[in-house]
Amino acid sequence: MAAGQITPLPVELLRLYADMRLIREVEQRLSLLFGDGEIPGFIHLSIGQEAVAVGVVGALRPDDTLASNHRGHGHAIAKGLDLSRFFLEIMGKSEGYCGGRGGSMHVADMAVGMLGANGIVGAGLPIAVGSALAQQLRETGAIACVFFGDGALAEGALHESFNMAALWKLPLLFVCENNGWSEFSPAARQLATEPLKLAETFNIASDRVDGNDVAAVRAAAVAAIEALRAGGGPRLIECKTTRVRGHFEGDPQKYREAGEFDEIGRKDPLKRAADSLRAIGVPEADIAAADEAARRRVDDAVAAARAGTAPRPEAALADVYSPKSSRTAARADAAA
Amino acid sequence: MTEVRFGQAINRALIDAMTQDSSVVLFGEDVAEAGGPFGVTRGLLKKFGAERVRDTPISEAAIVGAAVGAAMSGLRPVVEIMFMDFVTLAMDALVNQAAKARFMFGGQVSVPMVVRMPHGGGINAGPQHSQCLEAWLAHVPGLKVVCPSTIADAYALTRAAIDDDDPVVVIENKALYASKGDLPEPPPPVEIGKARTARAGNDVTIVTYGAMVAASLAAAEMLAKDGVNAEVLDLRSLQPWDEAAVLASLARTHRLVVCHEAVEAFGVGAEIVARLADIGFDELDGPLLRVGAPFMPPPFAKSLEDWYRPDAGRIVAAVKRAIA
Repeated sequence: MAAGQITPLPVELLRLYADMRLIREVEQRLSLLFGDGEIPGFIHLSIGQEAVAVGVVGALRPDDTLASNHRGHGHAIAKGLDLSRFFLEIMGKSEGYCGGRGGSMHVADMAVGMLGANGIVGAGLPIAVGSALAQQLRETGAIACVFFGDGALAEGALHESFNMAALWKLPLLFVCENNGWSEFSPAARQLATEPLKLAETFNIASDRVDGNDVAAVRAAAVAAIEALRAGGGPRLIECKTTRVRGHFEGDPQKYREAGEFDEIGRKDPLKRAADSLRAIGVPEADIAAADEAARRRVDDAVAAARAGTAPRPEAALADVYSPKSSRTAARADAAA
Repeated sequence: MTEVRFGQAINRALIDAMTQDSSVVLFGEDVAEAGGPFGVTRGLLKKFGAERVRDTPISEAAIVGAAVGAAMSGLRPVVEIMFMDFVTLAMDALVNQAAKARFMFGGQVSVPMVVRMPHGGGINAGPQHSQCLEAWLAHVPGLKVVCPSTIADAYALTRAAIDDDDPVVVIENKALYASKGDLPEPPPPVEIGKARTARAGNDVTIVTYGAMVAASLAAAEMLAKDGVNAEVLDLRSLQPWDEAAVLASLARTHRLVVCHEAVEAFGVGAEIVARLADIGFDELDGPLLRVGAPFMPPPFAKSLEDWYRPDAGRIVAAVKRAIA
């Protein structure tokens, strides 16, 4: 690199930081709204895990599909969902992505290939297998990507999906967000193996990265996706990361050691990215501007969501089934 | 008109659908090389190639789950569960994913997938290979459930299921696979949700489906000898079911018996008689009765299974109570 030439790294890292800040800002706001009773039901926050969503999803193409899980706000936002419709959905409004039918655990946007968050642990994996199969058969050149936590490693559907994807050499990126917690239990009491060993068993090439280092996650994702598009079969990336909040918002986390929280600040992917930005000379003002931009976007989205309307039962009932297919009638006409 | 077996009619439906639409793909356990445990998918691998017709591992959860993902990504998958009993292993994919995607995602997406699965006894397959679990599936909003009883309907309902934009479960009664009949040329289309009058009559309505259509027709012939003219309605589709056709028939006969091979308690028949007790109350001249299997798992031994499955004699007995 010639002296004085601007390397792309600061710009790139600042963008990654800004994307993470947006997710953090969204989830901190969700926490407040939930506490104030503006969000019905319950929500699972991914605070501390933003580098995984941003690092991986940012490396996908717009036509790549994504199956997410119950801790999926970050994945959805990284895939480019409209923030207002996102908040509208989580606040149960008819203008939300799912018309207020799904809420936090079912945010989806087919227009950007976001096949849905999922309320069932491990259920996104077979769906991603099918989506990858469709990409392969339709020769779209796109891939499928699925996020799951370490808790899902204990689900049978995961083992079936690993096996099927490997047998069929599907263009499928498995991303294990290993935060060490299966709901209220530590991984040591849940799993008799490790993600990479499991991948090896199924002949799935895998990589383990520091999931709180956004640049490292992105680099691993770019490499894995390149190999996937070349037809090398599924890949797994294990991202070691940190769940800061409880399993669900309101979970007092009495099962966690106090000492664990002392380390959390040090591991924070945003703090680490900001420190890296400062170290490579990015002005403080640029970092602050990214923070401010995220705040403004969330302010606007929340204001829009508060103006949303309550869903109507008739509209909900109408979406249980698709409008009647005309295919059978068309065949009858053709036969006549 | 060609005489074909039940399984061959389904095979023909799959061929015609796959020929007309390249997005229709087939996968399941032993559906490709082996041609399916009952030979229903025989020859399809050779005809359409290994991309569109593929054998899967023994992974029911992933088979049905992958069908959901494939359907959301531009394909129209037709998958097979080797015995309906094994659908227990795929219930998350079917109930929580396939059935709910359209509703849960606000109508953004349809899930045009078909899950074929054989149910029923008659081949001494025992408690885990003979069950009729259709009431479970008919109970789930978002799923459609069909169950053909004739050669023509085996073809037509399979085609209609593939045509449909929602997840459709096609239940094939194992005892019917070997049955033979005429498949009209071209085979006439049938819409999901329309019952068929298998036998016209004025004295009593027998509502049934699947293998019990034949038993009900046999019962009707026995009853005719006693001067009772029974109407037999073949539902063909269990979800949605043809409430209007059942009500119209009841309005003529004023007596109604529902018969299915599944256990009587909490079954499809329970729903039908409950509904007719409401909307058909003014038409009733007798009790609404059900004929189904006793409340026990399907047994293995021939003597036990023969006793377990409803037959014409039991239907005749119920009709006699209904018209008494």
